[in-house]
Amino acid sequence: MPSKTTQKSLLQYIGLGLFVLALLTFTAMLGLERYQLSEEDLIDTVAPDPRSVQDGDGEAASTVSAGSSGGTSVQADDAPAQEPVTDVDPKARLIHEIQGDAFREAGRERGLFGTTFGSSFSFSARVGEVFEAAKVRVNERVDRLQEENALPEGVSEWDIRLSDPIYFKQNLAALTAAAERGPVKNNPVLFLGLTIGLGLLGGLLYILPKFRGHAGIKNDHVYHAQLTKGLNLGWRSFFLGVTTVGIIGYGIRYMASDWFWPAVTAATALAIIGLVMFVQHSWRNAPARAADPAGLSAYLGIFAGTYLIGFYVLLYWAPEHVAPWITMVDPLKQGLFGGVASQWFLYGVLYTLIILVMGVRMIAKYRHNKYQIVRTLSVMFFQTAFAFIIPEILGALNKPQQDLKNIWPLDYDFFFGWQLDQFQSAGALGTFMLVWGIFLVIVGVPLMVHLVGKRWYCSWVCGCGGLAETMGDPWRQLSDKSLRAWKFERWIIHGVLVAAILMTALTLYSYFTGAESLLGFQTWKVQKWYGFLIGAGFAGVVGTGFYPLMGNRVWCRFGCPLAAYLGLVQRFQSRFRITTNGGQCISCGNCSTYCEMGIDVRAYAQMGQDIVRASCVGCGVCAAVCPRGVLRLENSSEDAGYRTVPERVIHVSEEEGVVMKF
Amino acid sequence: MHVAIIGNGIAGVTAARWLRKLSDDVRITMISAESDYFFSRTALMYVYMGHQRWEDLMPYEPFFWKKNRIDLLRRYVERVDTNGKVLHFGDGGTLAYDKLVLATGSSPNKFGWPGQDLRRVSGMVSAQDLDNLEEITPEIKAAVVVGGGLIGIELAEMLHSRHIPVSLLVRESSYWSNALPPEESRMVSRHIVSHGINLRHDTELAEIQDDGGGAAGAITTKTGERIECQYVGLTAGVHPNIDFLRDVAELELGKGILVDDYLQTSVPDVYAIGDCAEVRNPRPGRKAIEAVWYTGRIMGETVAYTLLGRPVAYDPGIWFNSAKFIDIEYQVYGEVPAHGRDGLTTLYWEHPDGEKSVRINYEESDGRVVGFNLMGIRYRHEVCEKWIARGTHVEEVLQQLGMANFDPEFYQEYEAEVVELYNRQTGKQLQLRQKRGLKAALQFLNFKRRAPRATATPDAQ
Ligand SMILES: Cc1cc2nc3c(=O)[nH]c(=O)nc-3n(C[C@H](O)[C@H](O)[C@H](O)COP(=O)(O)OP(=O)(O)OC[C@H]3O[C@@H](n4cnc5c(N)ncnc54)[C@H](O)[C@@H]3O)c2cc1C
Ligand code: SF4
Ligand code: SF4
Repeated sequence: MPSKTTQKSLLQYIGLGLFVLALLTFTAMLGLERYQLSEEDLIDTVAPDPRSVQDGDGEAASTVSAGSSGGTSVQADDAPAQEPVTDVDPKARLIHEIQGDAFREAGRERGLFGTTFGSSFSFSARVGEVFEAAKVRVNERVDRLQEENALPEGVSEWDIRLSDPIYFKQNLAALTAAAERGPVKNNPVLFLGLTIGLGLLGGLLYILPKFRGHAGIKNDHVYHAQLTKGLNLGWRSFFLGVTTVGIIGYGIRYMASDWFWPAVTAATALAIIGLVMFVQHSWRNAPARAADPAGLSAYLGIFAGTYLIGFYVLLYWAPEHVAPWITMVDPLKQGLFGGVASQWFLYGVLYTLIILVMGVRMIAKYRHNKYQIVRTLSVMFFQTAFAFIIPEILGALNKPQQDLKNIWPLDYDFFFGWQLDQFQSAGALGTFMLVWGIFLVIVGVPLMVHLVGKRWYCSWVCGCGGLAETMGDPWRQLSDKSLRAWKFERWIIHGVLVAAILMTALTLYSYFTGAESLLGFQTWKVQKWYGFLIGAGFAGVVGTGFYPLMGNRVWCRFGCPLAAYLGLVQRFQSRFRITTNGGQCISCGNCSTYCEMGIDVRAYAQMGQDIVRASCVGCGVCAAVCPRGVLRLENSSEDAGYRTVPERVIHVSEEEGVVMKF
Repeated sequence: MHVAIIGNGIAGVTAARWLRKLSDDVRITMISAESDYFFSRTALMYVYMGHQRWEDLMPYEPFFWKKNRIDLLRRYVERVDTNGKVLHFGDGGTLAYDKLVLATGSSPNKFGWPGQDLRRVSGMVSAQDLDNLEEITPEIKAAVVVGGGLIGIELAEMLHSRHIPVSLLVRESSYWSNALPPEESRMVSRHIVSHGINLRHDTELAEIQDDGGGAAGAITTKTGERIECQYVGLTAGVHPNIDFLRDVAELELGKGILVDDYLQTSVPDVYAIGDCAEVRNPRPGRKAIEAVWYTGRIMGETVAYTLLGRPVAYDPGIWFNSAKFIDIEYQVYGEVPAHGRDGLTTLYWEHPDGEKSVRINYEESDGRVVGFNLMGIRYRHEVCEKWIARGTHVEEVLQQLGMANFDPEFYQEYEAEVVELYNRQTGKQLQLRQKRGLKAALQFLNFKRRAPRATATPDAQ
């Protein structure tokens, strides 16, 4: 019977089934737990007694996610909250007394203790009420203290008052973790096996049989499959619009109702749309040849995208709802590295395993192509060793958990004050990390890009690139190849680069002068907004969540400031180019279709023009899929200039007739 | 001046683009009945197999045509009035022109087989053929493809991708043996079979049988064998699409539209290019009709100069072509006759896996290299061409052979083995002196250096 799917063996169907089962369990387990909080847990979390022994929380300062999706310092560090506790600190004692009492009373009044909550949502709603009630009480007490002038020396009212609930988020997650009861809490290893274990098994059962049969290009039915065929421009814009508005809207809340930076962002977005559409005439030049199948299709793709977006939203901004996932990986963390798992450990584990398993898939798919094999092994290695294991070991040794292959400005908090302090207090190792990080930015990046192009990083080393090239490979064809998309790309990615540079300049200014703001811009707010918008929203939610909707390199193409920097070097000062094989191109379009960066490779190839593009990550897939052997990724000190001239292969000239330009 | 171009294939489009490039004033109208926009005919298979979407076959964005002031008309030209210089469309409309370019392409060959006009019998040349095939695919339980050429294997691969059992009927005793030398031909035959396609050598179609409902139900071969099938693909070559021109009095037609060295037909101000043109005086070793993408492109560019009063004679240059036989890529440069010729020596190296080979043809008399044939290995077009153009000695070529290698990085290089083979056959002691690499190739090609990098966007063609 004719069919529009690839043939699968029984084993592969079993693998698929197991994977679906694992995904269901993974999702459903969030609803399995009950939440029940004791008074002690509440007080120990929100206003611990400074006299009781404090466990050093190894994870607390960790802002480097193992996943390295742009670093992830989504924590309350930058909020004007409590200072670290020291034993005889009168402030801590006062906090413990006043806040502790307030929370205890509010908790009793609202029936927080002893009640079993059926979900993390009802639980955190109640905690929210308790927080508001406690806030009123704290404020009353502080008002009274102020009237009586009884605040101790060196303690300000703002040390004690409770501020916006958004700063309570971190505590909320900790409270949920403490309150969690149920099957996952009791059998974390069982659930680890049922979800991640089973998922791995299923994935491998599905992928390993792909090594059988003929090696060669395996793109049959990519545009027939619900998962990979993408959606049309209208629906893509809809998802993108909703997500962007959602992120900026939530951003106002995230900034404790300070709408200044969200408003600046929205205005910038509108300005860019205006520029591209009207100043640069994309509106007039519609319709564009967009990545644009008919109508709303790819239901599985939409489902996958929505799931991923949801996952990132929870991970970054609502970790209180994923306590069971963290609980489940806790034994893994304890067994391997010691300490308590956080959401970033969970993320690191998933990220690494996905790169490994999907890396095997990539190798199976391109097993005839040695470039792809070596490159994929490379990203698998760098993720596992540099992004995951080494930082974990460093953490276990109480050293800064630096991912040594992460480079500023992708690693945007590299120059943040606390980070610099941490490097300096970590002895020779810390100094090495600092010097190494700066060396990479100033010497490593330009030199390597000069020699081999930005690919050395983007498709051989980087964690974001690693995920895109492995998990994201099934969606690489969904990148938009229109000229309009290219115009958007250039405005946005260079905009992010400028933002990163300004943000870092402000950071360093504050660090060295001690000033908290410049020209009225408060440093911590700028950092916080950058981390929220670019570090989490763009790199994570949009960057990965949109794989099935807009292709696997949305972040790398439109957002990554390091890619912008690498790209500038590649465009103007690199030996790397893609050479075109004379006149052999038949304009078939495979190269453009499978270019994840949305480069219209064919536009160059059909004119015999060599390709030097800032955005090319050198994945080599265009060269692999070309059915006529037209493209080759090459480095040479010979200048690319003349060969990048349009219509280079001029077959005809009035004087000479047909000539190739020898 | 108003230039009308019939046909929006590679030939017509290249002519239009170059007309606009060379002149701002000329008015250009391009007419096609097949599609709104230019698409890559060579890539039709990828749509059916789900590698790409129809839109992806279009090399230019829709706004390109408006921006470059190339008017597009989706009409069928029924009649050409060369005296009044008017085109008559199927829907009754007309269009006056000053100069006319015929770029009407090819139609599939049919050899009068009984049943060739039944439903579910078709060629694989046009967008309509593709749509039609997509539509009837659910009815196909088994298929027969007739003809062992480049389109035949593509059609077989297409059907195979939909898990339809395919029989590929080839008249010769191995695949495309009238174009490929025997070793390569057998290699492709092996490869086809290994993919589970039922390759039938020495088999010719006799008749297509009606399934009782006016559609194909089976075929019989000349030996009387019957093969059940619900689809018959006819891919036994193509011929120039010129039927609608037969009643144009002064227009001399052969198999195609006869053109002189300047691509002019026998009628003043009428030119023909691409698949539909038959060159009166082909260059030595070349055919009068070469229905390939590249010659269409070269002709399109050439005719643009001539149309603008800057006559350039058509010169197809050194022959090259490429294809892909399921997973085996194929490239050819220069002279590679299927059955050799007197005075031609060949050096043929094949990888033990039987899916890669290098063939170098050279003159026995003076060692001049004349042709390269590659299977499963990519070679640089420009390097091979320059060697051939210069008549470089085969031993010089062999020692530099790495320079031609165009395979991706990390791929194994086999040039040393090729040289080794030559040494064994001739008793020489040659050494491979040049490995794969761009630098050597560029230096050999003597590209200008230190020119500014192009800042043009691809859109600004
Ligand atoms: C499946 C397939 C695969 C191929 N693969 C390769 C390959 O790999 N390499 C290679 O070199 N070549 C290949 N070819 C051959 C190549 O596609 C042709 O040589 C090339 O497309 C010819 O271009 P053209 O511009 O001459 O004509 P066409 O592309 O055929 O364009 C002619 C156009 O004119 C239109 N037309 C004709 N008559 C009229 C009329 N009276 N009124 C209005 N419109 C009219 C037709 O509808 C058509 O759209 C392949 C061909 C096919 C079918
Ligand atoms: S141009 Fe080619 S190598 Fe560069 S990103 Fe696109 S597909 Fe990859
Ligand atoms: S894949 Fe190859 S033949 Fe096809 S358009 Fe790209 S370069 Fe040309």
